[in-house]
Amino acid sequence: MIENYTYEQTQHRQAAIEIAARYSGSSDLISILLDMQEELGWLSREGMLEVARLLGMSETTIFGVATFYNRFRFTPPGKRRVQVCMGTACHVKRGGVILDLWKRRLCICEGETTADREFSLEQVACVGCCALAPVTVINKEVIGGMTTAKVDGIMLQRELEREREEKSGAGIKTEEQDAAENK
Amino acid sequence: MTDGISESYRALRFAAEAEARGRQSRETVVITVGAATCGRSAGALEVIENIEKALNDNSLTARIDIVGCAGHCYAEPLVVIAVPGQPAIMYSQITPDLAPLLIRNYLAGGDMCLEWALGAAEENDLIPPVTMSPRFAGETRRLLRRCGAIDPLNINEYIAADGYSGLSYALSGAPEAAIENIKRSGLRGLGGGGFPAGEKIELVRAAPEGMKYVICNADEGDPGAFMDRTLIESDPQSVLEGMLIAGYAAGASEGYIYIRNEYPLAAKTIGKAARQAAELGLIGQNILGSGFDFEIKIAQGAGAFVCGEETALIRSLEGKRGTPRPRPPYPAESGLHGKPTLVNNVKTFAYLTWIAANGPGEFASIGTERSKGTAVFALAGKVRSPGLVEVPFGATLREVVFEIGGGIPPVAKPSQAAGEIPVVIKRRFKAVQIGGPSGGCLPEEALDTPVDFDSLRDAGAIMGSGGMVVMDEDNCMVQAARYFLEFTQKESCGKCTFCRIGTKQMLDILNRIIGGAGRMKDLDNLSELAERVGQGSLCNLGRTAPNPVLTTLRYFRYEYEAHILEKRCPALECEKLTAYYISLERCQRACDACVGSCPTEAIYTRSDRLKAIDQEKCIKCHSCIDACPANYDAVQRVSPILALPEIKPDKTGGK
Repeated sequence: MIENYTYEQTQHRQAAIEIAARYSGSSDLISILLDMQEELGWLSREGMLEVARLLGMSETTIFGVATFYNRFRFTPPGKRRVQVCMGTACHVKRGGVILDLWKRRLCICEGETTADREFSLEQVACVGCCALAPVTVINKEVIGGMTTAKVDGIMLQRELEREREEKSGAGIKTEEQDAAENK
Repeated sequence: MTDGISESYRALRFAAEAEARGRQSRETVVITVGAATCGRSAGALEVIENIEKALNDNSLTARIDIVGCAGHCYAEPLVVIAVPGQPAIMYSQITPDLAPLLIRNYLAGGDMCLEWALGAAEENDLIPPVTMSPRFAGETRRLLRRCGAIDPLNINEYIAADGYSGLSYALSGAPEAAIENIKRSGLRGLGGGGFPAGEKIELVRAAPEGMKYVICNADEGDPGAFMDRTLIESDPQSVLEGMLIAGYAAGASEGYIYIRNEYPLAAKTIGKAARQAAELGLIGQNILGSGFDFEIKIAQGAGAFVCGEETALIRSLEGKRGTPRPRPPYPAESGLHGKPTLVNNVKTFAYLTWIAANGPGEFASIGTERSKGTAVFALAGKVRSPGLVEVPFGATLREVVFEIGGGIPPVAKPSQAAGEIPVVIKRRFKAVQIGGPSGGCLPEEALDTPVDFDSLRDAGAIMGSGGMVVMDEDNCMVQAARYFLEFTQKESCGKCTFCRIGTKQMLDILNRIIGGAGRMKDLDNLSELAERVGQGSLCNLGRTAPNPVLTTLRYFRYEYEAHILEKRCPALECEKLTAYYISLERCQRACDACVGSCPTEAIYTRSDRLKAIDQEKCIKCHSCIDACPANYDAVQRVSPILALPEIKPDKTGGK
């Protein structure tokens, strides 16, 4: 049977082969999956099937392990990963309200990505900087002392950035086009 | 051979001390910045950048030392400036914007900026030292003594601060002598269980010869606990040294550090530390010429709370689903890959180092009859000075929360007139939650409980990993119980029926009570379910999962009853039982602070320019209360919802 893979699927299978080669065997399964996620952002079906084939393990075992752990995600993340801390300290300082507001502003639930793949929303157990509660982590940047106003501020900032990008981005494109035309 | 060991250690120490002397010669200005995870979240890396820039701009020279975290989270980012001839001063909350100002004023202008100082970092005649403040004076620092004082990525600083002397001492004697030392100290496992550490090592030693493993459990999953992370990020060598000592005593030759996935910096730091130790021959073959071989590997978890349980952790290390298995056989007999395995918490290993260096007698000199030494707590929540607190076992909760932690912070509210001091409103202590999701909430009456393994268990909580979250009168205890139960329910691995389904049932009941649909019979059902879940579960996750519910039922039953009988939340927290409204008598026409603060646009301006809340849109997020100037205090909360006063419609009768 000839299988047709999309570019993304091929990329994931390639990554699986490269990463699995660095490890010794099935006892390193979690490390392999973690590395794959680190590189690709998420675990795709094709990537995991490839791992199963390389390690000589059944596909269900791989899926079973991957779905057991919270860290693995099976959908592509957004450009900005919004992780809302729901640790005890954040909880007593009204972290739940912050999470609710993110959901409301982004119009997605936790574990989901916005349609434009711009934002994804996650809930994390505790990032361990309880003195700054309530905390939201955006792409590894920790923002402490979250308030509802800060959520709106971040959204606004993103909106302004996007506008600027669109303007300058358009400029760069025309330059490139110019260069291409000149050639 | 014994001489050979101390000889090779002395050579290492000599080199390290020579390097340290060079560093300590106080000829240049030394700026020390704490940059562990908590410092970084507060902006420590930007602070360093800005300090460098400010030094350049003012053409000053200074050395910047990057250290770990001293556990004073409330003061982050923490900066210490030592100018030759002057006492070193510790500055708190030096934000990236403040840093250049501090450098310019102090180093270029000679103004010490004492308004930002926490105190002097050393004894002197000029400025009161920080050690005089209760936050510092109440603590006895053993495990945390090097945290924030040394560069975690420079092994020589560790060796110069008496590091690896314990290992050298242990290697000079027989493994049995090392075990005897630990047993005499009376050290109990600091991961929460409290099992005697010496006996555990002896069990592994007594197992048949062959491959044996040592595992350091750094899967600190309890929300609200971060002492293991701080220890690894700020003093990683002490953990490695403890593992080496334990490995030698137990006859093991391979060690694993299982680090929680959420702690990338900790994993990086200890990985680097292990490489440095290997370069100096402290990890690897024939350590310090003693013939003892030991390798240490770092493994990262993938986010499962249950992997903090030792049998689940071992399975996870083997690359499987992290589900616990019945014990016995204990890991000491059959652990990783079926081989005898010693599993201990990060703090226990760090304490092995301390005991080997300072002796068991010194260790047992503080603490209580059955719990010796010190305990580290991660103090968080509604407390003035959150952070890590290390106290001797036997200190009371009151000392930890009120003397060291500074008590409950008042709520500061803005005042209307610009430049006026915010009005502060005092809050009252309600409960302290100890031991994370497996622990319990203790009320004010229990504040005189001494902290040790047994007293806390009697009170209904557990030592656990040592998370301590303080709650004030604004926190609803039913909500707190629900929060923890939701956590354990989500993290239950699903193996035991009682844990899987029982916790779900309990959660449903709590949700019903919070939603105002509870029945009195629910309370009996909750207690019964709690008992059954505790009995019917294999591992400690399930066995202790009902603790938050049981302790809140025991100490705060009236709150449950208020929710059920009166549909009232005494803390005014439960959304479905609380309503927000704006008092027309207090609201000011000229002010619209609340309107802008509302995230759902539930607040509107009436035709008489007073404000009102649309109950349908209100999500009860508290933003308007925070925004309303204290001298008006117009936004009010009321529970039950039926008590909502009727708001007179304005003349036009609408918006």
